[in-house]
Amino acid sequence: MKLTKTKEFKVFMEPISVANPVSVLVLGICSSLAVTTQLIPAFVMTFAMTAVLACSNVIISLMRNLIPKNIRIIVELTVISSLVILADQLLKAFMFDVSKMLSVFVGLIITNCIIMGRAEAFALGNGPWISFWDGIGNGLGYGWILVVVAFFRELLGSGTLFGFKVIPQAVYDFGYVDMGFMVLAPGAFIVIGLICWFQKTCIKGS
Amino acid sequence: MFEHLLSLGIESIFINNILLAYFLGMCSFLACSKNIKTAIGLGFAVIFVLSITAPMNWLINEFLLKEGALAWAGFPTVDLSFLQFISFIATIAAMVQIVELVMEQFAPALYSALGIFLPLIAVNCSILGASLFMVERNYNFSETVVFGFGSGIGWLLAIVAMAAVQQKMSYANFPKGLAGFGVNMIITGLISMTFMAFAGIKLVG
Repeated sequence: MKLTKTKEFKVFMEPISVANPVSVLVLGICSSLAVTTQLIPAFVMTFAMTAVLACSNVIISLMRNLIPKNIRIIVELTVISSLVILADQLLKAFMFDVSKMLSVFVGLIITNCIIMGRAEAFALGNGPWISFWDGIGNGLGYGWILVVVAFFRELLGSGTLFGFKVIPQAVYDFGYVDMGFMVLAPGAFIVIGLICWFQKTCIKGS
Repeated sequence: MFEHLLSLGIESIFINNILLAYFLGMCSFLACSKNIKTAIGLGFAVIFVLSITAPMNWLINEFLLKEGALAWAGFPTVDLSFLQFISFIATIAAMVQIVELVMEQFAPALYSALGIFLPLIAVNCSILGASLFMVERNYNFSETVVFGFGSGIGWLLAIVAMAAVQQKMSYANFPKGLAGFGVNMIITGLISMTFMAFAGIKLVG
């Protein structure tokens, strides 16, 4: 069987394109707006989110026959928040600057609807291996939107990418000004709205 | 002291609106802003839960989790702050459940109005976000009470404004791909821009 035909591959690819958690299912918007003023925090957030999502999917999937039905939400929350504590401690230990930049939004991974949603909708009904791929797929689907939004906001808002100046001084001398608006909250809303428009139109076309 | 609290309250309602400036609580904001009635119900439920859980979490943090917080029990060097996330979310989930039970018993009218929204709120990030902000900014108890309440009101204002716009929008004609999520985000951006006009207002210098 070819790689692209396997069930795992389908589960992995779907959230990246047609069933994107952010732009199509409208989940996990909060953090995707807040951490995207620059590219570095966006990448770190993607990484943290994907790791937590994959682990929580695997753990919940392993326990799916043991969790009593009516307290499953609290069990899921406990699993997720333990994983987030782990991620937070790791970030604080190895990437202190970025963890300061992300501030409360690492903690808010707990209430990110994507994680709860995948646990409820996928991990409770499927095996650990396929749940793992579902977690990775959704993490990356969330991540690419984050990175694209961050790319535009950083480029237009402060003229840098990854903290390096990319717009040459000559352009500034010519009268170009950074759009301070992009760094502020409304810029985030509008950029993500436009990206979603673009993506929807493209998917319809294919 | 009073002036300081008033200023903090105004700031958390308008200037640093928890939804429009910090993007917290977006999921329920987008999902439940189809009509004004639902929006008002959800908004009041958020105010209610925020004003209870933020002070609760402050007490927990101050007397159980913070570095040196356990001094009263004879452990002055213990630092449990890494348990913050899990204990805050547990408090919130438990509080929501308790509020739901109490309301059902003693205020059935209020329960039938807010009841369906309460479970949603446990995973609304503005609730957990407010508790985390309060720790990060070192608020004291009275500041936390004001901040929780003010953030709730700010959230209510934002969602009601959004619902009002959305009701009018059913008559509008959009490009096909933009309708739905895309246009909602752009409108939120515009609302957020209008709220930015409050920036710089300070009651106490």
